[in-house]
Amino acid sequence: MNKPMKGKPRKDPAAAAPGTVGKRAVTIKGVKDGLVFQFDDTCRYTELVEELRHKLGKTHDQILSGPPIHVQVKLGSRRLNESEKEEILEIIASRENLLVQSMETDPEVPGPTDPLKELKIIKGVIRSGQTVEHDGHLMLLGDVNPGGTVLAAGDIYIMGSLRGMAHAGYLGDRNAIIAASHLGPTQLRIAGIISRPPDEWGMEREKDSFMEFACIREEVMVIDKINQLQRLRPNAQNMLLDGE
Amino acid sequence: MGEAIVVTSGKGGVGKTTTSANLGTALALMGKKVCMVDTDIGLRNLDVVMGLENRIIYDLVDVVEGRCRLPQALIKDKRFDELYLLPAAQTKDKNAVSPESVRTIILELKKDFDYVVIDCPAGIEQGFRNAVAGADKAIVVTTPENAAVRDADRIIGLLEKERQIESPKLIINRIRPNMVKSGDMLAIDDICQVLAIDLVGIVPDDEYVIKAANSGEPTVMNPNSRAAIAYRNIARRILGDTVPLISLNEKPGVMTKVKKFFGIG
Repeated sequence: MNKPMKGKPRKDPAAAAPGTVGKRAVTIKGVKDGLVFQFDDTCRYTELVEELRHKLGKTHDQILSGPPIHVQVKLGSRRLNESEKEEILEIIASRENLLVQSMETDPEVPGPTDPLKELKIIKGVIRSGQTVEHDGHLMLLGDVNPGGTVLAAGDIYIMGSLRGMAHAGYLGDRNAIIAASHLGPTQLRIAGIISRPPDEWGMEREKDSFMEFACIREEVMVIDKINQLQRLRPNAQNMLLDGE
Repeated sequence: MGEAIVVTSGKGGVGKTTTSANLGTALALMGKKVCMVDTDIGLRNLDVVMGLENRIIYDLVDVVEGRCRLPQALIKDKRFDELYLLPAAQTKDKNAVSPESVRTIILELKKDFDYVVIDCPAGIEQGFRNAVAGADKAIVVTTPENAAVRDADRIIGLLEKERQIESPKLIINRIRPNMVKSGDMLAIDDICQVLAIDLVGIVPDDEYVIKAANSGEPTVMNPNSRAAIAYRNIARRILGDTVPLISLNEKPGVMTKVKKFFGIG
């Protein structure tokens, strides 16, 4: 029994995959001591090679001819194997005046994008005006009152009443869920989708209250009984155990 | 060494000053030595409700700024020998005193009095911080309205951060039994469930409270008022007695319900 919640889901601009439409795979910039080739790190490798060939051979032909220029290649967070690196160098070397000085990759950020890491358990009542934030999964043993806010990069599990606002996956994880013993929030947010419960929620539901959770299904926030979580996320318990 | 109790609410107009006046008077009625402190600087009311306005010579700010000694600023109540009031200044604002200076004064008062009842201004700013600085206990007053409950929740959150204050107690003021019965007013159980603190009393809405405040005579002095009984009960609970909550209706059905609730809470 999925009850789609009222209110249109709003797309988070940050959640839209960058580099899909309109963005160039290769950006060439002039700096003080030469040129910087900035490669987009979200497109496919083949696209990258194709555009590099195209730019060097055709569109940027004029700009790139002349005296020898030092070139720095910046790969962003893309990881390349040796043969791929060689191919890139070869393409650039096809222009004789371009001397590749360095090829850099951004250092790997372990980042909060991996919320599997930590489950934090906190106790108490989150009252009006109070905010709890955690960059992993969050379990609250207590209530969230109206005006209170709970933010987590991963899932939110509330062993009590959720009457305030909960934002799961607030760094953009659309797979995050919000579960509560009693789900009566003023507002729910998962990644960039904001939803508020319809008015019939609340008192009537409290009587035969069962634990529920909210998740995103086809761009819409839906509420389901907690026993359906197993179907959606077969490995949810494992993640919890990992966090211990 | 006495005990300092701050009466606060967050929202204005829910009955902090009325509660302070009646609680102080009720404790004095029971033979305790009580001092009431008005910390609502710039908007003092407690002296008016107590009918002591025309006796003010010095006030809280005068004490803080050293223009008089603390005993000089205390006003003795006209009805009781052991009930005093330290009035707030009307000409200054809340920034005229600091939490530290209030704490010093409250500490001083606790040496001489059994109970120091501090009337807190509305809001969560400087005035609130001044009022809670010297308190050992806190009473949060709310009314059965969503906005008042929301603000009470915020205040409880702030009080829980004040390490020296025991877990705050709740008074639900101005309950209209008929409206609660018809479901048009928040029920006591629902408020307690959200705020999750101990209930120390409920006060039914009573027109006599308005009359009493205007005549400068605390409501508790009139034993025929239902609100007066409620305030006396609250005072007894503060002294440690176990008193059932006042019945909101003469009909036994509701009474048993309320008693049952009190048994839980």
